[in-house]
Amino acid sequence: MTKSILIAGTGGQGIQFAGKQLAGTGLAFDKYVSYIPSYGPEARGGTSNCRVIISDEEIGSPVFNKPDILMVFNLESFEKYEPMLRAGGILFSDSSLVNKISWRDDLNGTYYIPASGLASDNGLTGMANVIMLAKMLAVTKIFGRDEFLDHMLESIPKSRAAMIDLNRRAFNIGYSYK
Amino acid sequence: MGKVLMKGNEAVAEAGIRCGCRHYFGYPITPQNEISAYMAKNMPKVGGLCLQAESEIAAINMVLGAAASGVRAMTSSSSPGISLKSEGLSYIAGCDLPCLVVNVQRGGPGLGGIQAAQSDYYQATKAMGHGDLRLLVYSPSTIQEIVTLTSKSFDTSEKYRVPAMILTDGVIGQMMEAVDFDEMVISTPADKSWASCGHGDQRKKNIINSLYIEPEKLEAVVVARFKRYAEIEKNEVMFEEYMTDDAELIIVSYGITARICKSAVNLARKQNVKVGLFRPISLWPYPSDALLNLAKKDITKHFLVSELNMGQMVDDVKVSTHCLKPVSFYGRTGGMLPAPEEILAEIKKILGGKA
Amino acid sequence: MGQIVFDRPKALSDVQLTYCPGCTHGIVHRLIAQVIDELEIEGRTVGIAPVGCSVFAYNFFDCDMIQAPHGRAPAVATGVKRAHPNNVLFTYQGDGDLAAIGTAETVHVGARGENITTIFINNAIYGMTGGQMAPTTLYKQVTMTTPYGREKNIQGSPIKVCEMLATLDGTAYAERVAVDCVKNVNATKKAIKKAFQIQMAGKGYSIVEVLSACPTEWGKSPVEALEWIRTDMMPFYPLGIYKDVTEG
Repeated sequence: MTKSILIAGTGGQGIQFAGKQLAGTGLAFDKYVSYIPSYGPEARGGTSNCRVIISDEEIGSPVFNKPDILMVFNLESFEKYEPMLRAGGILFSDSSLVNKISWRDDLNGTYYIPASGLASDNGLTGMANVIMLAKMLAVTKIFGRDEFLDHMLESIPKSRAAMIDLNRRAFNIGYSYK
Repeated sequence: MGKVLMKGNEAVAEAGIRCGCRHYFGYPITPQNEISAYMAKNMPKVGGLCLQAESEIAAINMVLGAAASGVRAMTSSSSPGISLKSEGLSYIAGCDLPCLVVNVQRGGPGLGGIQAAQSDYYQATKAMGHGDLRLLVYSPSTIQEIVTLTSKSFDTSEKYRVPAMILTDGVIGQMMEAVDFDEMVISTPADKSWASCGHGDQRKKNIINSLYIEPEKLEAVVVARFKRYAEIEKNEVMFEEYMTDDAELIIVSYGITARICKSAVNLARKQNVKVGLFRPISLWPYPSDALLNLAKKDITKHFLVSELNMGQMVDDVKVSTHCLKPVSFYGRTGGMLPAPEEILAEIKKILGGKA
Repeated sequence: MGQIVFDRPKALSDVQLTYCPGCTHGIVHRLIAQVIDELEIEGRTVGIAPVGCSVFAYNFFDCDMIQAPHGRAPAVATGVKRAHPNNVLFTYQGDGDLAAIGTAETVHVGARGENITTIFINNAIYGMTGGQMAPTTLYKQVTMTTPYGREKNIQGSPIKVCEMLATLDGTAYAERVAVDCVKNVNATKKAIKKAFQIQMAGKGYSIVEVLSACPTEWGKSPVEALEWIRTDMMPFYPLGIYKDVTEG
């Protein structure tokens, strides 16, 4: 199994957090993992993206242009990366922020989750990333529900203990979203 | 500690600290800023120093001073900043001082770009400053290897009194993957009775110097230094071979590009195309003998060099292999990375009908 | 029985200096060595030699020495001092080294308040390379590269180093002296000693600017050269203490 995941959106949406959580969980379960963020001026002025690979085999390049899984959090990222999804890939889009849908007929699934809306409606502003991650895991089963959730909650520093419950709530909303 | 996720930039900093380096001098430049940040945060915890200099020039000369006084010293930068350090590196080489310089390469020339490149290969291996000089140059392919090569760099640099460079790139610097520091061999600093740190009225004075105004003297010093270089070429070559035993085509590639080429080899093998990978780990000393041995094998038909530049290593492969077999090149530059499929296509093009 | 009334300072090596007749580098070398002897610090002193006429300074002092790239002596000294805080560091630099190619290193060693001492030889000319304009070359002064005299609107203005460095918080001591006569030579020794003492007290960066003679490149006799320090240099570069954190 090798899965390449591209997560893209705007700075402040927790794009890098989401990517590191995926890589960290992979490491905890003895997978080969790589994570690489956008950096420098590319990471300034709003856009933020990262690429994660989770694999049973040694990883070649951590950089890829045809992801198996794409998670987008703004329109610009949708327009830039949706055409790059591998045939048979899966799209996850925050439909609160992206008012477009994919017309590609070679994808293995397209999911439009109003993650930002769900977050703010539930007092979880800023946690659309976790809602989206949860939905992606519910669909792709890259990690088991508890495998991921336990690892993510453990990674939250004690100084921010209040975040544990918020993350759990956000995760549950995303995981059960139909 | 076990396996942790770490960026290449953070790993080289942590490895430096674990090697007993307590003096790091830097200057901001993308994509290596995490090294300085890590050092600034962690050096004080071990009583060490991370000092932001006024320029790369000042930083390398602070390294010169610290190294001349006998401590393990380190600096890091990226391509344009390394050019500024070249003067200091020449003096460091001329003064026979050990130190570690990390180059997290980006595209060039000029300000170039900020994405990964390997276009400082010539600079690092052929002309890292004026004069007859060499640098130990190591090219890691993984974050784990960055850690082992940091230790190797300090050891070898001190053993031969030759400066060392870890020549890496923006992808290795920025990417995170698993690293296990328990696997690291922590080195012991060498004797440094030559250092200038005050004679304490216990010995004659030490002079750290690269100036020899009489040509006979300078020639003798340089020739003696080249005898050490010859020892290094004999003892310190590092490389990896992957599926070269029955390979008709051998890719020669290092650093981040070698990872991509390894994926291409795996793709090719699934299609029964006999391809192998030869990965120089030490770019100087260059693994010439091992390459020549491969070139002499009947089964070897072709070499393909792949790197993130316009073919800077091609001549080294041609010279090493005595041009016994044809040498082709496929690379990307300016911050672009080839996909394994691109390299596979090039392999098939070269092998023609046979593939 | 004769009594020794004058001798080579212990910290000065027993070798022949390589300077021209009438050059004042030798005087300043001797003063530094005397100060090192008087403070009994030779064993923990590290000197940094520059590029220029005094490049061979590493041969002339008996303490540990390091030869630095052109202009980089303050950075090299910083590296040593940060690794060995108990060492006493001095850089010996000329005007081209300190105020042209090494200006950034000079300003920032002061800005950081490094506990090192700089002995700055200002003779308003490049000696080693054959008499070119220095950053401290005076207006109207003729050099190899200002054959019609230095003009403000062409070559710009001379840099007053002590005045400039005195503006930095990290500079603890900045004094301009001269070695044109016995009285000033004695004052120079006093300034060098004070600069070392301020360093040893950990108060910050100290610099002693010494107005010096270069008869060879000025095209003057040794005596005329000393006179020129008084008539031409001192009016533009007034002697005095520009910063002293130990005063009031």
